[in-house]
Amino acid sequence: MTLRDTTSLSQAATQADVYLALRRKQGRRLAETVIRYTLLACGLVSILTTLGIVTVLLFESFQFFREVSVVEFLTDTQWTPLFKDKHFGIWPLVAGTFLTSAIALSVALPLGLLSAIYLSEYASPRVRSVLKPILEILAGIPTVVYGYFALLFVTPLLQKVIPNLAGFNAISPGIVMGIMILPMVSSLSEDALHAVPRALRDAAYALGATKFEVSTQVVVPAALSGITASFILAVSRAVGETMIVAIAAGQRPVLTLDPRGPIQTMTAYIVQVSLGDTPAGSLAFKTIFAVGFTLFLITLVLNVISHFFVRRYREQY
Amino acid sequence: MTVHLMTTTAPTNVTDLENVAVLKAQNVNVYYGTKQALRDVWLYVPEHKITALIGPSGCGKSTLLRCFNRMNDLIPNARVEGEITYRGQNLYDPDIDPVEVRRRIGMVFQKPNPFPKSIYENVAWGARINGYRGDMDELVERALRRAALWDEVKDRLHDNALALSGGQQQRLCIARAIAVEPEVILMDEPASALDPIATLKIEDLMRELKERYTILIVTHNMQQAARVSDYTAMMMLTEDGRAGTVVEFGETEQVFTRPRDPRTEDYITGRFG
Amino acid sequence: MSLRDIAFEHQLARRHLKGRIFQVLAFAAICVGLVMLALLFFDVLRDGLGRLSWQFLTSFPSRRPERAGILSPLVGSVLMVTLMGVFAFPVGVGAAIYLEEYAPKNWLTDLIQINVANLAGVPSIIYGLLGLEIFARWLANYTGGRSLLTGSLTMALLILPIVIVSAREAIRAVPNDIRLAALALGATKWQMVRSHVLPYAMPGILTGMILAVSRAIGETAPLITIGALTYVAFLPDSLKSQFTVLPIQIFNWVSRPQAGFHVNAAAGIIVLLAILLSLNALAIYLRHRFEQRLKR
Repeated sequence: MTLRDTTSLSQAATQADVYLALRRKQGRRLAETVIRYTLLACGLVSILTTLGIVTVLLFESFQFFREVSVVEFLTDTQWTPLFKDKHFGIWPLVAGTFLTSAIALSVALPLGLLSAIYLSEYASPRVRSVLKPILEILAGIPTVVYGYFALLFVTPLLQKVIPNLAGFNAISPGIVMGIMILPMVSSLSEDALHAVPRALRDAAYALGATKFEVSTQVVVPAALSGITASFILAVSRAVGETMIVAIAAGQRPVLTLDPRGPIQTMTAYIVQVSLGDTPAGSLAFKTIFAVGFTLFLITLVLNVISHFFVRRYREQY
Repeated sequence: MTVHLMTTTAPTNVTDLENVAVLKAQNVNVYYGTKQALRDVWLYVPEHKITALIGPSGCGKSTLLRCFNRMNDLIPNARVEGEITYRGQNLYDPDIDPVEVRRRIGMVFQKPNPFPKSIYENVAWGARINGYRGDMDELVERALRRAALWDEVKDRLHDNALALSGGQQQRLCIARAIAVEPEVILMDEPASALDPIATLKIEDLMRELKERYTILIVTHNMQQAARVSDYTAMMMLTEDGRAGTVVEFGETEQVFTRPRDPRTEDYITGRFG
Repeated sequence: MSLRDIAFEHQLARRHLKGRIFQVLAFAAICVGLVMLALLFFDVLRDGLGRLSWQFLTSFPSRRPERAGILSPLVGSVLMVTLMGVFAFPVGVGAAIYLEEYAPKNWLTDLIQINVANLAGVPSIIYGLLGLEIFARWLANYTGGRSLLTGSLTMALLILPIVIVSAREAIRAVPNDIRLAALALGATKWQMVRSHVLPYAMPGILTGMILAVSRAIGETAPLITIGALTYVAFLPDSLKSQFTVLPIQIFNWVSRPQAGFHVNAAAGIIVLLAILLSLNALAIYLRHRFEQRLKR
């Protein structure tokens, strides 16, 4: 359509002319619809991904549980699917996972929260603008690098302090994992602290409170939902972390709370099987999906809970 | 004599414009969700004239303006009832494409909002997407000349439009609007963000533009309305204070010197509120 | 001394002391992170810097550590990431445009949003299981099994939530004025998005994309799970070719007992970190440009 149409339109236009000019044009309507649905399809890819994950895990786990009873999976205390004498008790892997995660969290949560308080309440904007990005570099370092660091730097160092510490153990990867998660905890907690209204701080200062009292007794409690959310996300990250433990924690699924010896986590088990030449379709192959499904459920629950807390603190302010 | 509210026939003071009106709003009600923004609005916009919408802030002037190019469609939950016609065609007919409407009924916004591109590109883009196949350089020059901006920018057409002053940016926005050859230009307080000199330039420009275009302008500045407009519609909140409506409409001179509605008189003489 | 002062024991000195101790403690907490970072860099550089050479960059892996190099994993990483970007960029940006500009307020939109948030929290190794089953097994005829294509598709799904979230933020930052101006000229929604929203948001979208890429370059677990090889002495010659990536090669070297391979691992890590730092510098530059633009 050229511009001349408009000019003629303004001179002697009847309603019919105007109608023809302003009517929806089929071609354009179709093009816009096609674009709209193409973009929607892009959005649906993410839904398909979730469906794919759930389908795959359910499908293979179902195959697995046809051969191994759920009762054995949940009650046996040994995990030896790759040996002759096969046992399929998930607990040793769960124990290994929670042992390394607990160590990681005992490093990441206090350090992360303290860092967050320092950055949010104490640091000058200048100091903050320098420290924060440096701290965040920690989050961007590949996990395989942390694995190297844990196995070849931290473990030898710890062996000088802790007697009977094995070359593969839960402590060293646990600590290193904690350092890796630290920036996530501090960054999310700091956001939560930052969201606490100024008026609340002012009110406390006006009562003669010191900065320490305001920070720990007013600001932190007010930001508790957000801090909790960051803690739970940290747990989820620790549980799902793979390479650090695969490199530095060993490959021995034992039901123990002793962090000095080798253990195996759920993720490290999946890596171990993937590296070997387990034939696809075999029972040993199916175990990684059963383990993966367990891992998926744990992290899903944690993420949903964390989501709930984030929502709560967003609603508050 | 006051305008009859809650009526389905045209108030007597607008009927004499019926035959020269390009745009007509008849018995229009606008809702945002459950909140009513406009109630029983009548307005005729005569061809090749400048019509001003005046009234206190929050009485729905911009809302009414945006009914005419269906910009209200972009607000979720907005609902327009009544009849809004352009040369007899109901603009809210399901067959009507709002995109086509906006091409023929252009708009200039309160705050100058040039695209963050070159001056040339700002003017050319609208014509290009509307399928203009003529000489683009010529079209850009013509639009910029009509917007009284050509002499100031002809040597830097490919500079970023954001480097222009506020007044120049607003004239660029007018050039951009007229480059797609609309028949009507809606202006939403086009000079409110500008200094007095830039404002005068825009007003001069509007007087020239009405030779070719029909202009409907929202302004909070009554002197401006008195200076530039041929017709004036006075808008107020209804007596219950919930929604806006047109309380008086007529030739500008009549509205300002012999208002029919006491509320108009109060407002114009500064006794309002 | 008035009665008021007797009734309250301010103990200000003690309270301030507590505050000072806490401040020192909090600062020390930050320093732990910083010191660890410094130690890590120091350790890796000390171990691996001497091993870095042109020979190291241009040799295939070898059974003898001093002859080994990272040519095939380096090429594999670059190819995998490029291909991944080709898949993830249009889909991620498309989804972001849909959610920001088109999506009506309904259950499907909510579902997509919640879903994207949840996917970001799924452990990467789970994506590996997804890729292993769907791309490497079910679609093996099309992907070639444990191939470069399978790896790229899996990683594309992994970074999709990151791409979507950052692209949405960039699109949301485009001033609404610009949208209204385009629509008032009679532009269709797509004309508005393509000509104004996307160009304006592009530096922000690219910043997010680069961060997603740097995440992907360091990922190891999902690629091991889909069965990328740990020892590759050839360059991939097609999409269906087998491949390895830098982190997998590093993992392989770390896992060996000989100290010579540990040195190789450290040198590989230096290369990997150098790539990541350059990407981050690029992202910071782009973000800076984006912010400049928003200011005007």
